[in-house]
Amino acid sequence: MPELTKAKEPFVFYTRLHLSELTGLRASTLGQLLELIKEVNGSCIYQHTHRFLQQHQHLSPEPPNDFAYWITDVLGEDELGEKLASIDLTQFTTIRSLREAITATIAAYLDKNPLAKVRFSKEGEEFHFIKSVSFVLPTNYVAYDLKDFMDILEKISIDSIYYHIFEARLRLERNTNDFSNWIETSIGNEKLAKEISRLDPYTFTLDGLRNKLIKIVKRKIPD
Amino acid sequence: MARIEEYIPIVGQPVIDDLRLLAERLKGKVVQNINSTSVGGGVAEILHRMIPFLKELGVDAHWDLIKGGEQFFEVTKKFHNTLHGMPIEISQQDFDIFLDTSRMNAEEINIFGDIVFVHDPQPLALIRNKAKNKWIWRCHIDVSEPNQKVWRFLRSFIDSYDAAVFSAPAFSQKLPIRQFLISPSIDPLSDKNKELSQESINSVLKKYNLPKDKPIITQISRFDRLKDPLGVIETYKQVKRHIDCRLVLAGGGASDDPESAEVLGEVKEAAKGDPDIHILLLAQNDIEVNALQRASTVILQKSIREGFGLTVAEALWKAKPVVASNVGGISLQIAHKYSGLLCHSVEGASFAVKQLLSSPDYARRLGENGREHIKNNFLITRHLKEYMLLFLSLYYPEDIVYL
Repeated sequence: MPELTKAKEPFVFYTRLHLSELTGLRASTLGQLLELIKEVNGSCIYQHTHRFLQQHQHLSPEPPNDFAYWITDVLGEDELGEKLASIDLTQFTTIRSLREAITATIAAYLDKNPLAKVRFSKEGEEFHFIKSVSFVLPTNYVAYDLKDFMDILEKISIDSIYYHIFEARLRLERNTNDFSNWIETSIGNEKLAKEISRLDPYTFTLDGLRNKLIKIVKRKIPD
Repeated sequence: MARIEEYIPIVGQPVIDDLRLLAERLKGKVVQNINSTSVGGGVAEILHRMIPFLKELGVDAHWDLIKGGEQFFEVTKKFHNTLHGMPIEISQQDFDIFLDTSRMNAEEINIFGDIVFVHDPQPLALIRNKAKNKWIWRCHIDVSEPNQKVWRFLRSFIDSYDAAVFSAPAFSQKLPIRQFLISPSIDPLSDKNKELSQESINSVLKKYNLPKDKPIITQISRFDRLKDPLGVIETYKQVKRHIDCRLVLAGGGASDDPESAEVLGEVKEAAKGDPDIHILLLAQNDIEVNALQRASTVILQKSIREGFGLTVAEALWKAKPVVASNVGGISLQIAHKYSGLLCHSVEGASFAVKQLLSSPDYARRLGENGREHIKNNFLITRHLKEYMLLFLSLYYPEDIVYL
């Protein structure tokens, strides 16, 4: 029976707690939205493409981003809303490149549909830009091998899983998620690392993602 | 009062672990809360629970009150109404009364907090006592379209704070200071929200002579024009044409609201002659509010303006179907047709109530979804976490903070 590999470096689970910072910036037309998306802080872009994940974690396995939601539900521009909702966030490793994709999509739509420029949101339904402020802190959970890792995955907060999977890869520009990185470099299991990084985490609810990770890791642990 | 551990079965161990981690980072900081009333209204209610929890977690939290006479509270009530957009004339004399009382409070109050946490406009001018400590202004009211004269006056104080906190994104204004979004919350283990036996519910119904023979529509709120109690009676009358039902309008007064007696008189007049309308002026009795909500078939919150509308969260936590105006923070709590029904008029409200009374399965589904949404986003544990993050943010200007 194969033995459990001890990690070269233990995995320290961090958690990420979030506060929403208001900017006072609001848009009531698509044109204003586009201009503000170009100029706001990257933390706003992150907030509006990731907020749904945490706030409606029980609801939607495929969370729409706030821009897509507003454009569809408030401005009634369904086609553009769908385009923005289907931007594959896993393809981006920086907020800058994600921002460019969003602005290019809106700008192209406005070029093709000049009438969309004159649509206004109703009073009280403007788009409000909010900035995400993250507080990152270590938890008391540390894994020394895959068995520890799986046991902790079962009980760690959803915020910790969120941090290591979503925030580390895109916002902190680590290229891959922290779990895959540790499994590859410290455990030496490249196949398992790839299996996790291949997941599209945006298509799961956060608890669904936890269960999926546990299932994948469990298969690699000797009985 | 419940201890932090008692929330584990509701929110899970990791959430409580996170609170402890944050509290450790606040060791050595004194947090001084200041507002104008210790009873009545959402602010006092939140502080009554928040302070003991912060203390239990090891945060050195305190709560002090400012003083004010009848004239002062009449002026601050006027401010409150104009900030909510009501067309009321504010005179120089009103500003002078506010400034005089503020000056007296500034002289009398002992400011000792490393972090001074000021709630609502009444104590706003205390900022003149600012030294090297950090000051936060917590605005609990809807200032999306404030009266500009009053807002400009208040801005002369707000701009000196280190940060401001609002309950909904639409309330934020362009300010030279950092501003955060923190929604209020409910406490699932408080007398107002804890589980009640059918026996306890029945005894409250008996006390108020409320038979269970017909569906009960209830609005719980202070007797305040912004809660539109007359609109609630009109809604009930429109429903009653088609479905026999009772209306319960229940609420207390707050010591900083001189208008409530007048509004109560108007409500009684409008309800005259209908034995199925029950106007209940409750003394501060949370168990009774809890029982009335649980005994209701549909809960209404037909406010014209709302800071947040905690009664909606309370009702949803009890898995009740809710019909509420699409104002203030209510839209954060209710996703229309998913976790309740939003309305914009008496006609819309009565149509929604009729729908719910006629389709109990639909009503039940909305209530259950609502409870889940409140559990994830509007319980006191989330609020505690965000307040501690807010305190920490005063010492870290970055967007990503490593603690």
